[in-house]
Amino acid sequence: MTIRATHELHDRRRGRNVGVAVLLAAFAAIVFGLSVVKVQQTGGIQGFDHVLRPEMLPAQEGVGQ
Amino acid sequence: MTDVSLHRSLPREAEPTFRDYVDLLKPRVMSLVVFTALVGMLVAPVPTHPFLVFTAILFIAVGAGASGALNMWWDADIDEVMRRTAKRPVPAGRVAPGEALALGLGLSLLSVMMLALAANLAAAALLAFTIFFYAVIYSMWLKRSTPQNIVIGGAAGAFPPMIGWVAATGSVSLEAVLMFALIFMWTPPHFWALALFMKDDYSKAGVPMLTVTHGHDATRRHILAYTVALAALALGIAFTSIGGPVYLATALACNALFLRGAWAIQRRTTADAEADSYATEKRVFRLSLTYLFLHFGALLADATLRSFGIWGGWT
Repeated sequence: MTIRATHELHDRRRGRNVGVAVLLAAFAAIVFGLSVVKVQQTGGIQGFDHVLRPEMLPAQEGVGQ
Repeated sequence: MTDVSLHRSLPREAEPTFRDYVDLLKPRVMSLVVFTALVGMLVAPVPTHPFLVFTAILFIAVGAGASGALNMWWDADIDEVMRRTAKRPVPAGRVAPGEALALGLGLSLLSVMMLALAANLAAAALLAFTIFFYAVIYSMWLKRSTPQNIVIGGAAGAFPPMIGWVAATGSVSLEAVLMFALIFMWTPPHFWALALFMKDDYSKAGVPMLTVTHGHDATRRHILAYTVALAALALGIAFTSIGGPVYLATALACNALFLRGAWAIQRRTTADAEADSYATEKRVFRLSLTYLFLHFGALLADATLRSFGIWGGWT
């Protein structure tokens, strides 16, 4: 037989646990959003290795001409 | 045996709700912090990405909440005695003092770190200093030692618009200092109006508010003096780069009303106040809340006018 003890204590804990879960999910979303915005503001970045795109750098005289 | 039977002997207070932890952060104070910091950030002449504005304001608010939790941890003995604060989570026994301390320290660290990431190091340093100022300088030192406690301690509440400005621009400028000064000068008349009709609370708790150490008459004179200085400052802001026609009209109306209220308070005696249950003092206290909200709202309105090119400044 399973014990199905319900108590006001459990309600309080559930409320707290749900609150903490929501806060953690929101925090993760904020950090993700922050990363996206910061990367967008960085300018021309190569997607594959996260470096500035060489082709966007100003051409130097005598180089690659 | 279930865990329920194990815990049955513990008092109900041993299991705080989520709401109790939220209350530790003083959500009503946080709302003022959010609003003034938001205005500080939006009136700055540097456009900021909306998500960065949201994140910066959020963590400035979390920092303010953290300092509130630290204040509740330290002041639990005072809060227990005062009618206004006796139901706070720590004095009411719903949250253990150690939990309030841990929450305060944890959120302080988190908020400063996240503001540094979302905005810049200068804003984060200013937020860290604000938390330190409120928790240590004000709560632990000034509050219990001098009747000038809320004059100097008022600086803690005045920092948010400056932090908002620095989060947007990266540095402190005259406009940021003026917004700081507006709240700094507003705090004493605001709190002393409250202290006039809460005198018993502070004296029972042994907090040396001006009403307790120097009496009501001296407090009434102080309210008027600070209100005159506040009015001059508030009107002066209208002619800076963050001011404009909406702010000027708002400042003229609000300061006229606030000066009239302060004058009425100064003319009254304790007997007059007790006869009508401190009606004038309560009215001026409520007015002071509207006063600050309208001033910062007007700064935001003028910034909006400028952004649409409707208002180009005084010159």
